[in-house]
Amino acid sequence: MTQVPFAEGLFTWPADEPRLIGSRCPDCGVTTFPAQSSCPGCPSEKMDEVLLERRGTLWTFTTQEFRPKAPYKGPEDPDTDWQPYGVGYVDLGNAIRVESRLTESDPAKLHIGMEMELRIVPFGTDEEGNELVNFAFAPVQSDN
Amino acid sequence: MEDVAIIGVGLHPFGRFPGKSAFDMGADAVRAALHDAGVTWNDIQIAFGGSIEASNSDAIVNRVGLTGVPFHNVNNGCATAATALSMTANAIRYGQADIGIAVGMDKHPAGAFTGDPEELALPKWYAESGYYLTTLFFAMKINRYMHEFDIAPRTLAKVAAKNYRNGSLNPNAFRRKPLTEDQILESPMLNYPLTQYMYCAPDEGAAAAILCRADRAHEFTPTPIYLRASALKTRRLGAFEVHSPSMPVERIDGPTVDASRAAYEMAGVGPEDVDVAQIQDTEAGAEVIHMAENGFCKDGEQNLLLETGATEITGSIPINTDGGLIANGEPVGASGLRQVYELVNQLRGTAGDRQVPNDPRVGYAQLYGAPGVSGVSILTR
Repeated sequence: MTQVPFAEGLFTWPADEPRLIGSRCPDCGVTTFPAQSSCPGCPSEKMDEVLLERRGTLWTFTTQEFRPKAPYKGPEDPDTDWQPYGVGYVDLGNAIRVESRLTESDPAKLHIGMEMELRIVPFGTDEEGNELVNFAFAPVQSDN
Repeated sequence: MEDVAIIGVGLHPFGRFPGKSAFDMGADAVRAALHDAGVTWNDIQIAFGGSIEASNSDAIVNRVGLTGVPFHNVNNGCATAATALSMTANAIRYGQADIGIAVGMDKHPAGAFTGDPEELALPKWYAESGYYLTTLFFAMKINRYMHEFDIAPRTLAKVAAKNYRNGSLNPNAFRRKPLTEDQILESPMLNYPLTQYMYCAPDEGAAAAILCRADRAHEFTPTPIYLRASALKTRRLGAFEVHSPSMPVERIDGPTVDASRAAYEMAGVGPEDVDVAQIQDTEAGAEVIHMAENGFCKDGEQNLLLETGATEITGSIPINTDGGLIANGEPVGASGLRQVYELVNQLRGTAGDRQVPNDPRVGYAQLYGAPGVSGVSILTR
C-alpha cells in the first residue's frame, strides 16, 4: 500500500532517514518550519530550503487528552479508539525549535531535555484508501 | 493631548444564555454603562465595538439608537476588548470626540477554541494534525516555566481555587461554586500539567465603558477613573507564542512584557504602585507566568506568594478579584472590558463583597492570547 504524506512539503518521503523540510534566510540566517517564502526576522523575500536535523532535545511538552473539534483529522476512530497524544517542542541544533506530535503520550515517560528523533508515523487513510503518514518525534531510548 | 477618564461602566453577566444574541447582550451592557455615566446614546460621539463571533458588532445600534455615530468594528484576537478601549481613548486624546464608548460582546460555543487555521495564516495541516488548540500552548508554556523556576502543581491549584472563591462573591460570574485545591488537582487532565478546573471556558457575555475628556469628567460623575495608559503589543521573533509551528532556539520576552513596560512608562507608575490587578488567566499557569511578566514578582516567587495569600482580595497585590477568566469564562470581545468594569468598581470603592481594602488608587489590566498579542491598561483614581 502506498504511504502518502499527510501534507506536501513537510518532510522528505519516501526516505530511509526522513528529514523535516524548513527554510533559512540567506541574509539573516533565521530558520523556519514549515518552509516559508519570506523571512520573519528581516525584510528578505527569499528563503532557501534546508533539511532540519533528525535528532534534538525536548524543550517542553504536554498531552492532548481530549479529542480536538473539527477540522482535526487525526488517525483515531471518532467513535471508538480515542487515545491521548503527546505534543512538544524539540530543539534541533541551535537553529530551530519545532513543534511536533510525540510518539509518547505518558507524561511520566517524558522529561524536558531528553533526546528525541524524527519518526514518520501512520496517520489514518485518505479517500482512495492510501495510508497517510505524518511526522512525530520519539524518545531515543525507547528504540533500544 | 487630552487626558481620558472613564465615567461609566456596564456589564452583561458572563455565562451561557440560550436564545440571547451577542448583540442583545452588548446592548444591555451599553444601556448599563449609559445609565452609570448618566448620559444617553445621543451623547456618544464615537464607538468601538469588539467581537470575534459577531463580525459586525455595529449591529447593536439597531438596539440602542440609529444616531449616525461613527461605529468601528474591532476584531483583534484575544486583545480585542483592550484594542477597542485603547482606540476609544485615542480618539478622545486626539480630539476626535469628547465622549466615546468601547463595547465588547461575544457568544462562543462550548469547548476549546479551534477553527480554520488559515484565518491566522497557518497551514491547514496544522489544525488537521492536532496542533491548533490554544490549550496546548498554555500547557507547554507552564510546563517549561515550572521546570525552569520550580513552580509546584499545588501553586496552580491555589490560583484556580482563589479565582473560584472570588467568583463566588461575584453575581455576574459564570462559575460561582468554590472548589478546593484537591478537587482542582484531581479533575480530569486536559493537557498535562493542566486539569479541567484549572482552565477557563469560552462562554458568553458583554461589557462596556464610556470614556470622556478628563476635563469634562466631573460634569458626569464625582468619581472619574482616569485611563493613564493603554498599550498593545504583538509578538517579536523569538518569543514563545501560541500557534507557533517553530521558533528560534534563542528566546526573548513576549508581548505581555513589552506591553507592560510600555504601559508603566506611559502611566508614570511601576508595578509596586499597583493596588489591584486583573490579568489573563486563560488557565492557572497563565496567571502564574503573567504575575512575573507584568512585574508583580520575580520568576519563581509565585509559590510563596500563593502560599501566603498575597494575591487574595485582602493580600498585598490582589489579582483577579472578580474571579478572572477562570470564574467568568472568556467571551473574547468582552473579556478586557470585564477587567475594566471590575477595576473601575474597585477604584470607586463600590466592589461590595470583593472590595479591596485600604482605598486602592491604581488598577492594572492585562489581556493575552492568540495570535500572540497583549494589551495592558492602567487606571487611577
